[in-house]
Amino acid sequence: MANRESKADVLQGTLDLMVLQTLETMGPQHGYAIAARLEQVSGGALQLNMGTLYPGLMRLEQRGLLKGSWGVTESNRKARFYALTAAGRRELAKEKQAWDRMTTIMQALLRGDA
Amino acid sequence: MRVLREWMHRLLGTLRRGRSDADLQEELRLHMELAAEEAKRRGEPVRAARLHSGGAVQAMDAIRDQRGWPWLQSVFSDVVFAFRQLSKHRTATAAAVLSLGLAVGATTAAFRLVNAVLWRTLPVAEPERLFVLGWNAVTSQGETEYRDELDYITFRRYAAIAGRQAELMVIGMTGRAQVIEFDSGPTERAIRQYLSGNVFPALGLQPSLGRLLTRSDDVTPGGHPVAVISDNYWTRRFARDPGVIGKTFRLGPQSFEIVGVAPRGFTGTEPGRLTDVFIPATMNVRALESPGWSWFRVWVQPRRDVSAEQVRQALQADFVREHQEQAKSFPADTPKERIAAYLGEQLFLAPAGAGASAPQRNLRRPLLILSALVVLVLLVACANVANLLTAQAVARTREMALRVSIGAGRWRLIQLVLVESLLLAICASAAGAVFAWWAAPFVVSLVDLGEPLELVLDTDWRTLAFGLALTMTVTVLFGLAPAIRSSSVTPLGGLKERVDGYSHRRVTRTLVGAQMTFCVFVLFVAGLFVATFSNLTNRPLGFDHERVLLVDAQATQGDKPMTVWLDTATRLGAVTGVESVALANWVPLSQNRWTSVVRVPSRPDAQNPTLVFAVSPGYFETMRVSMVAGRDFRTNDVAPRVDQNKQTTPGVGIVNEAFARALFNGENPVGKTVTLSDSNGNPPFEIVGLVRDSAYYEVREPRRPIVYLPIEAVRQVGTFVLRTTGEPVAVAPAIRVALSQVRSQFRTDVTPYSAMVARQMVLERLLAILSAFFAAIALLLAGIGLYGVLNYAVIQRRHEIGVRMALGARAVHVVRRVTTEMLGPIGVGCVLGLAGGLAFGRLIEKVLFEVKATDPSTIATPLLTLALAAALAALPPAVRAVRIDPAQTLRSE
Repeated sequence: MANRESKADVLQGTLDLMVLQTLETMGPQHGYAIAARLEQVSGGALQLNMGTLYPGLMRLEQRGLLKGSWGVTESNRKARFYALTAAGRRELAKEKQAWDRMTTIMQALLRGDA
Repeated sequence: MRVLREWMHRLLGTLRRGRSDADLQEELRLHMELAAEEAKRRGEPVRAARLHSGGAVQAMDAIRDQRGWPWLQSVFSDVVFAFRQLSKHRTATAAAVLSLGLAVGATTAAFRLVNAVLWRTLPVAEPERLFVLGWNAVTSQGETEYRDELDYITFRRYAAIAGRQAELMVIGMTGRAQVIEFDSGPTERAIRQYLSGNVFPALGLQPSLGRLLTRSDDVTPGGHPVAVISDNYWTRRFARDPGVIGKTFRLGPQSFEIVGVAPRGFTGTEPGRLTDVFIPATMNVRALESPGWSWFRVWVQPRRDVSAEQVRQALQADFVREHQEQAKSFPADTPKERIAAYLGEQLFLAPAGAGASAPQRNLRRPLLILSALVVLVLLVACANVANLLTAQAVARTREMALRVSIGAGRWRLIQLVLVESLLLAICASAAGAVFAWWAAPFVVSLVDLGEPLELVLDTDWRTLAFGLALTMTVTVLFGLAPAIRSSSVTPLGGLKERVDGYSHRRVTRTLVGAQMTFCVFVLFVAGLFVATFSNLTNRPLGFDHERVLLVDAQATQGDKPMTVWLDTATRLGAVTGVESVALANWVPLSQNRWTSVVRVPSRPDAQNPTLVFAVSPGYFETMRVSMVAGRDFRTNDVAPRVDQNKQTTPGVGIVNEAFARALFNGENPVGKTVTLSDSNGNPPFEIVGLVRDSAYYEVREPRRPIVYLPIEAVRQVGTFVLRTTGEPVAVAPAIRVALSQVRSQFRTDVTPYSAMVARQMVLERLLAILSAFFAAIALLLAGIGLYGVLNYAVIQRRHEIGVRMALGARAVHVVRRVTTEMLGPIGVGCVLGLAGGLAFGRLIEKVLFEVKATDPSTIATPLLTLALAAALAALPPAVRAVRIDPAQTLRSE
């Protein structure tokens, strides 16, 4: 029950920001690792299925924010690793700022309301 | 920017250039493996992990949608499918593409012409701010006529009135090509245009080379021997040699130095004529002070904060005042209505962003008529293709039903059929573009309005936009009905064993009916134009213009005494191949006119405006105008004359039968004396001869009273009329040699008379040729359409026909069953087409000549032609129906 709710709660447009931030903190990662990291950080509230994650990665790659390349995992498996590009880093900084501004506004608004 | 990049990737992805499916699946496989391991590690069931990461198939779908554009992908696959479908029915496709291509091509060609003549904006700054002064003049016949020619004096007056409200420019009419000489080389011809000095600056033009004319080039009469040539002329005559600046040429008695080249694309202000040489208006010295030397148009560019109407009102006041002045000098017996009509004339500012010219005015109506016809031909072609596609749609009902049952939506099916239509339309447009590329210049070559029509037929945005819009419109026109039909298929009905062939018949019948309507209409209108042209061509002119050569001559310096003219005539008469020679001030149909009022002194009421010719002895014999009574002129005959002291000298004259009818009730007037009116007096002349009627100004007009007077006195221009024993063109070189001996005396121009007469009917000829051509295409297309429909019906109903024949039906009955179905739509089409044609015939009455739209023969011809074509089209399907072998058809079931 809680599962389904959390999935629907991924705000439109926040997935990109989350993926970019994950890669910024952790360096190049494959898809599963990104999903696992997000699940972990959210305390299991955020569970991305493949149909959401991979089109998202592809979109970011098409926009030139990510660069994907085949590599090998620690467990010696072939995997596609995604790394931030310079443009991706710039975009992340910009989005972060926007997000901060938004949350400040929202907080002020909600607090004032309450 | 980022989004743009994504789109590009997706576009590439659509074209199979993105990551491969195998690559993506590999990635998903790893994801699932890792998820399974993680679950195992945590001691959860693997199923939960699966649920957790979602289905691989759904994920692949989502990824694929992101990789490319699903919709675009579907269009691509539709295009591939449509291409296969079209190449499967190769003959049908080729027929559709060709017929549609022909129609699209004709439409495009018509558009190119209309655009070049009527719509192409001048390549100047702010064309929307340009106007030309014109007024609605009332002719002596009481008809309203658009006029825009003014003299220089009026221009100067108007310019003073408009003052600072507007920039008034004077632009000369190009007229005929002028003789031009470079460095005493051979004479050439070039089109000259006089411009006031403010034209180039006001139009915001920049030179291609050198400089353009400025205000300071247009101040002192005769004091600015400079010229600017057009880019076109620079290319054609000088191969774009920069050394052209500083070259001089002679034009008439003056010499000019070339100071610059006008910008590319600016070919003067007259659509239909490409100006070669631009000259300051003040160099036209003779025009500057001559009232009535109306060879100028006045262009107006109102100041930004002044409306055109304000300028018009300011000028209108002067226009009215001038008219009142003129009306005072009208003869006392002028009817009151004439004077009222004259005073009621209104000046107006016609938008001139697309230029202003006589061809533009003369061609407007014919071009629009032809455009209307061409659109109808296009509709006939569209109906054909729609029929073809509808038939195919019926044949494909099962395919469509199958598509619906496996989940294709309605729009998806419409898209499928429309893509196929679009593919057809694009092929047809390509074929049409080739046709139009050839046809537009060909049509231009048919139009020779005294001077060849020269048009800028470049491919501007209008032409491209038109082509695109046309392709789309055509696609929708013939594709939409079949598309909607296909999309309404229900899986159950469509997948049933037998294809229902009856439901589409209504569509087919409507289409055939529409085709017949348009076809009859075009046939009918073409009939009117062909009859007009043939009536005009066969109208007796009253003289014989075959085997006559005309030599237009202009004295080089000032006037020449008559002896010089007659000497030259004798010289030309001596050339072998010349049978006889005569001299006239001008010849009939040369678009010159001289009118004078002739009175019978004994009867004050007997007076008539009469046309006048001045001719030498031998004119009637050379022109083959028969003499009814009296005699020809003799060398010592003189014309009636008044000198400056109002001293009249009587003379002699010859009149035609229309004159005798108008002034002498048709009695023989030879021996009678009448007077000619002149501004200084009314000199009398004795009528010494009576000749048959002949044309004067144009072929169409009724035969009018004419007075011939002896040609005499000093003159500057004249026309030698030469009757040749053989083909006039064959004698022309010898004539030119003879003329080269008098080169110092005259500038000359040699043309066969027949060419001049043909020029008179060039618009009628254009309308006749093109409308007949369109009618032929419409008939052909309608015939093909009918054939297709009937043939398809026979194929579809061969089972039924087979059964009937097995049961003993006779061939006649079978044929009747197959064909009668189409009689209804054909009949309705004929009635509607005729009704439209009759209505249109009234609208274009002015263009027609001695043709009545309601004549039985005018009505019967298109109907009979159509009936014949329909019969021809029905023949093969009928034969096919009769030849059906019952045994074979039944066995195949």
